[in-house]
Amino acid sequence: MIVPLEHVILLSLALFSIGVFGVLFRRNAITIFMSIELMLNAVNLALVGFSRYYDSVDGQVFVFLVMTLAAAEVAVGLAIIIALYRNRQTVNIDEINLLKN
Amino acid sequence: MDLSQYFTSSDIAGITPEIILTLTALVVLTLEMARVFRPGIILLVAASGLVLAGTALVQGGNDDKILFGGMLYLNTFSMFFDFLYLFVGLLTLIFSQGYLEKMGSETRGEYPALILFAVIGMMLMTRANDLVMVFLGLELLSLSLYVLVGFLRHNLLSNESGLKYLLLGAFATGFFLFGAALTFGATGTTNFSGIASAIAAGTVLSEIYLYLGIGFLLIGFAFKVALAPFHMWSPDVYQGAPTTVTGFLCTAPKAAGFGAMLKVFMIAFPEAFPEWQDIFWVLAVLTMTVGNISALVQSNVKRMLAFSSVSHAGYLVMGILVKDIAGVSAVLFYLIVYSAMNLGAFAIISLAEKDEQSLTFKQFRGLASQNPLLSGALAIFMVSLAGFPPTAGFIAKYGLFSAAIAKGYIWLVVIAVLNTVVSFYYYFRIIVNMYMRDEKVGLQPSTGLLTAGILALLIAIVFILGITPGYLLEITVDVATAVS
Repeated sequence: MIVPLEHVILLSLALFSIGVFGVLFRRNAITIFMSIELMLNAVNLALVGFSRYYDSVDGQVFVFLVMTLAAAEVAVGLAIIIALYRNRQTVNIDEINLLKN
Repeated sequence: MDLSQYFTSSDIAGITPEIILTLTALVVLTLEMARVFRPGIILLVAASGLVLAGTALVQGGNDDKILFGGMLYLNTFSMFFDFLYLFVGLLTLIFSQGYLEKMGSETRGEYPALILFAVIGMMLMTRANDLVMVFLGLELLSLSLYVLVGFLRHNLLSNESGLKYLLLGAFATGFFLFGAALTFGATGTTNFSGIASAIAAGTVLSEIYLYLGIGFLLIGFAFKVALAPFHMWSPDVYQGAPTTVTGFLCTAPKAAGFGAMLKVFMIAFPEAFPEWQDIFWVLAVLTMTVGNISALVQSNVKRMLAFSSVSHAGYLVMGILVKDIAGVSAVLFYLIVYSAMNLGAFAIISLAEKDEQSLTFKQFRGLASQNPLLSGALAIFMVSLAGFPPTAGFIAKYGLFSAAIAKGYIWLVVIAVLNTVVSFYYYFRIIVNMYMRDEKVGLQPSTGLLTAGILALLIAIVFILGITPGYLLEITVDVATAVS
């Protein structure tokens, strides 16, 4: 392998952490959603890296499934966000706070 | 490349229930598109699909089968859960009749179709023998639930809970997937038995990957079944979702989450499990305590039940911690009883609801004089949730606690019993409001004959399992033996 496995995994961990921080600290629903996609792509990177290392295609097949899921999630997610935006004219999660005791 | 060995007729025969459910869901969607049938007929088609799938399941027999090259592993354990999902799905469809119209949404064929898809997802989750399959089942379930939770498109609360569930659910999926990827990296396989044998043989690439992997998988599961501190989404989602969906959401998917978690930790990580026991101990204590304490201060009934279901998840973690036959069979028994109680309670709340706002305790005042039968039923479910004899809730809790004591977790059981005592307050608060406060109530719950019959059936289950639990206990012990 030209690039050592550790480097691939470290990069993937870094991307994953950026995604997690994005979810935790961003306030715009769309940006949060993008951060989640970043997390999923970090997973894909790790899977491809491991797959290369083991010289097996299992991980790469997993990547296809993750990509399919990500697409399906975007379809459902954006529909929900649009439905909310039509009613509330905002996608800022600080203003979406009707549900409380 | 020859694919036929991975795709034989016995593989197809093994997933007959899923195929039937998929076809039914497609038929339901087509009927909706054609718009020539009344909504009641669409619900009926969906319900008969569930019954047919159940029949196919019985026909398939309960021998152990490994399908699709080790992707699915069918045994009595998966079959037990399959029946639970089909039952819960069927009851949810029956209870949903007329509910969406009452909440001001047009009836849509997507609703029963999504419930069917969710059932398929859950079946795949507990049938899975591979992290890839667990992931696919989990996502089929979650995607259906995101839509179901936000189904009342013109209701602000439903919108909001749909968005929250989507964002936190997808976040949890990220953790689950990263855990699966790291486990794959550590062991070179995603198959449960492959993972177990790699760990046993010591051919793990790096301990760090493995432990990070197990940790992330656990976080993913903890989000999905709402264990503290990952339970923050559940009160908001349960409160805002259509009540029939809430009833579905807090029973079957939770059972599926626990089923998959049991399978992953018992089959894939048996060697690594002992080192994780402290974490499960902490999770159990935190979850039951946080759930109970938060439930005390709620004024909204659905929110209270959401926190109550968090605390029940805490009790269930005790069973996973114990992990022997007694513990697993106690978890299975608890899941059945818990599903019956919660389905009943949420069904009654959905009958009592009348507009977009969800109900508070105060609104239940004087309900007993206005509708004694429904109040009596709700009181029985509350007593059972609190865990009083002679209801099934008592036997279920007793089973879990005694399994934990047998393994020496004395302090854990002491905390759990204290928690149970605390929980009496909020379960009885609703009974007190119904029976002891006399006020004119605005609630006008009305029941159809079918709904009343199903509620009577649930009450019968609660009492029969409370007085003679022997029959179900035999089954759960058998099932638990199959996985241990």
